[in-house]
Amino acid sequence: MKLTKLSALVASTALCAPMAMAEDMANELTIVSWGGSYSASQKNAYHDPYTAETGVKIINDESSAEAVAKIRAMNEAGNVTWDVVDVVASDAMRLCDEGLADEIDHDEVLAAAPDGTPASEDFGNLIVSECFVPQIVYSTTFGYRTDLVGDTAPTSVCAIFDLDAYPGKRSLQKRPIDNMEWALYCDGVAKEDLYDVLSTKEGVARGLAKLDTIKDQVVWWTAGAETPQLLADGEVVMGSTFNGRLFSAIAEQDQPIGMLWDMQSFDLDGWIIPAGLSPERKARALHYLNYATDTQRLADQAKYISYGPARASSAPLVGKHAELGIDMAPHMPTDPANATNVHTYDYEWWADNRDDLDAKFQAWLAK
Amino acid sequence: MSDTTQNGSVLAADGTPLKRSLARALRRQKIRALLLIAPLLLFVMLTFIMPIGDMLFRSVENDIVSKTLPRTVVALRDWDANSGEAPGEEVFTALAADLQIAAEAKLHTRVGSRLNYETPGISSLFRKAGRKVKKWDVENDGPFKEQFLEIHKGWGDPDVWRTIQTYSPKFTNGYFLNAADLQKGADGPEWRPEDEQIYWLLFKRTMFMSMVITISCIVLAYPVAWILANLPARSANLLMILVLLPFWTSLLVRTSAWKVMLQQQGVINETLVWLGLVADDARLVMINNQFGTIVAMTHILLPFMILPMYSVMQTIQPTYLRAAKSLGATNWTAFWRVYFPQSIPGIGAGSILVFILSIGYYITPELVGGTKGVFISNRIAFHISSSLNWGLAAALGAILLAVVLVLYWAYDKIVGIDNVKLG
Repeated sequence: MKLTKLSALVASTALCAPMAMAEDMANELTIVSWGGSYSASQKNAYHDPYTAETGVKIINDESSAEAVAKIRAMNEAGNVTWDVVDVVASDAMRLCDEGLADEIDHDEVLAAAPDGTPASEDFGNLIVSECFVPQIVYSTTFGYRTDLVGDTAPTSVCAIFDLDAYPGKRSLQKRPIDNMEWALYCDGVAKEDLYDVLSTKEGVARGLAKLDTIKDQVVWWTAGAETPQLLADGEVVMGSTFNGRLFSAIAEQDQPIGMLWDMQSFDLDGWIIPAGLSPERKARALHYLNYATDTQRLADQAKYISYGPARASSAPLVGKHAELGIDMAPHMPTDPANATNVHTYDYEWWADNRDDLDAKFQAWLAK
Repeated sequence: MSDTTQNGSVLAADGTPLKRSLARALRRQKIRALLLIAPLLLFVMLTFIMPIGDMLFRSVENDIVSKTLPRTVVALRDWDANSGEAPGEEVFTALAADLQIAAEAKLHTRVGSRLNYETPGISSLFRKAGRKVKKWDVENDGPFKEQFLEIHKGWGDPDVWRTIQTYSPKFTNGYFLNAADLQKGADGPEWRPEDEQIYWLLFKRTMFMSMVITISCIVLAYPVAWILANLPARSANLLMILVLLPFWTSLLVRTSAWKVMLQQQGVINETLVWLGLVADDARLVMINNQFGTIVAMTHILLPFMILPMYSVMQTIQPTYLRAAKSLGATNWTAFWRVYFPQSIPGIGAGSILVFILSIGYYITPELVGGTKGVFISNRIAFHISSSLNWGLAAALGAILLAVVLVLYWAYDKIVGIDNVKLG
């Protein structure tokens, strides 16, 4: 009798233990990202292995493009339905400033590198905001039609402004960021002085005047898929877009497009956790972040898409493309051969001046 | 009559004045009617009027500054904005106390973002100061002016303080001024610098292009609706499906289809070059400009014009036309003096629908409008989803709403709203 009681007790505690564990963390995760091949790479590299290991159901939402506004609306309504959100670094800063994203202690939450380097050092200065966990380094750079540029393929970003050598339309993103820097750079401003010049009224006018020289020949895009399409249609001879988009047009679709890496603009994309989650959901979200941003996982993502892992320790682990079997390292924006002349955009400066410059840029566009 | 009292008012059978008795009976009816529509009214209030009211209220709301920095706002009241110097120590002491509380609650960056809309650079002032102030002892660590200037020299800039002072009241007209290309100057509103003026232009452009779209819809839809109304039912139904088919197709698909048609390497240009009508190096530019927006939007909004026209035309008796002709009218006179006036309610209904839909459109202009073919709604969408300046978005939206109401009023005066029919 006593024995059965005891064994029942043991059995029930044994049963209860994992259940108690599970109660501390939610069993479902809603992860928001950009969709397309990017979400697919995350599914392959992070979501599927995580589900296999923990049994947590992951729901994908492809709303990153409107994430900032939606998180704010959810927060005001007091009903945040997202757990982990993929946003670009500047949006992460904005969300952090507005109190809409939770601050994260990087060393406490994230895994250390295999050699023991703490996460904050492994990510280094890519942690541009207290709320932001970097995931990939991508770049906004140029692609050109190899058959439409004549015998001399462009090697400098200033080819964009050279209508004599490269006549035809070019596509640029409909925002001041990057375009203003490229314009000033090609107008003779040294790279290290770009933001000093841009901080003055005359500097802004100078940048816009440079852009004015090609204004009639520019198709302005808002979605990353537009430039590859315009290039494929022959609507433009060259255009800026995210390097991963160009990679898939070149390597996966075999389009006659060449990469122009000169003055590529590095940018970051990564995770934030929206403010206002219940403790169970937040615990689950942090657990996922720890898993999805460890050294091996970040390197794995590069098998599916040509974006560089944000951890220094992941770089040596980058292998071959999962389907095409080509080496991925030479297609990374961070590859030394591609990164000879890089533009690093100043997050703090743009956070301060984005609204002001955008007003001027849009006014210039509308005229 | 005995039912009339001395002062002349009529009495009901029970002796109360007829007026009051009638009013009571009517009131009961009114309450019953109100109860019947109460669920709908409640639904509309909760899901439509209140959210819109809340959104519009943001265009004047500005309590974030005085709520987050209460002491600073009070201390700053006596500071002379035209002195050309930053305020004194007492303001900085108040700021240190305010910022410490705000930084604990993570509200300091929110004020920073709010004020950054007015003066660029404030956002990082607050972000940087918040980090440091958290560690200070507000009671004993003074004086603070020097310490703030050490964090960032921007704290010594009178412009920053003028902005804080200007935006300390609970309500502001700043968003509305901004939405009209104005700004708060030293003495009253003044124009923004010319390189920042954009909204006026966009409002005018939105109105103009919506008019053009409405007129092209009328011109294209009228004959179609006429044919639909006058064909035998069987073939009319078939044609109707052709009208409705695009209506059921996704908006993005239709817009992208226009891209394929209109672009320089697109179907129309290729055909023209092949026919030799256009030289290969002088292909027509038909997209990423106003033309592209007008064509694509006319196509997308056409069903909204055809359907009300069709349903009105169906009710016009063909006998009237025959009667006119038998009295000697030519075809044109019979149409113009007999048929057309009867079809005006349909045109009116269709025009209002198309016009109001088109001034609020933003997806199609964004995709095919380039730089000169975008609407004010594109800027509203930008401020909602990207810059998070919801106050400005609300002010722009309020102005757009007011313009629509004024146009509606004008329409009522000119054409008469009773003269609008959906069938």
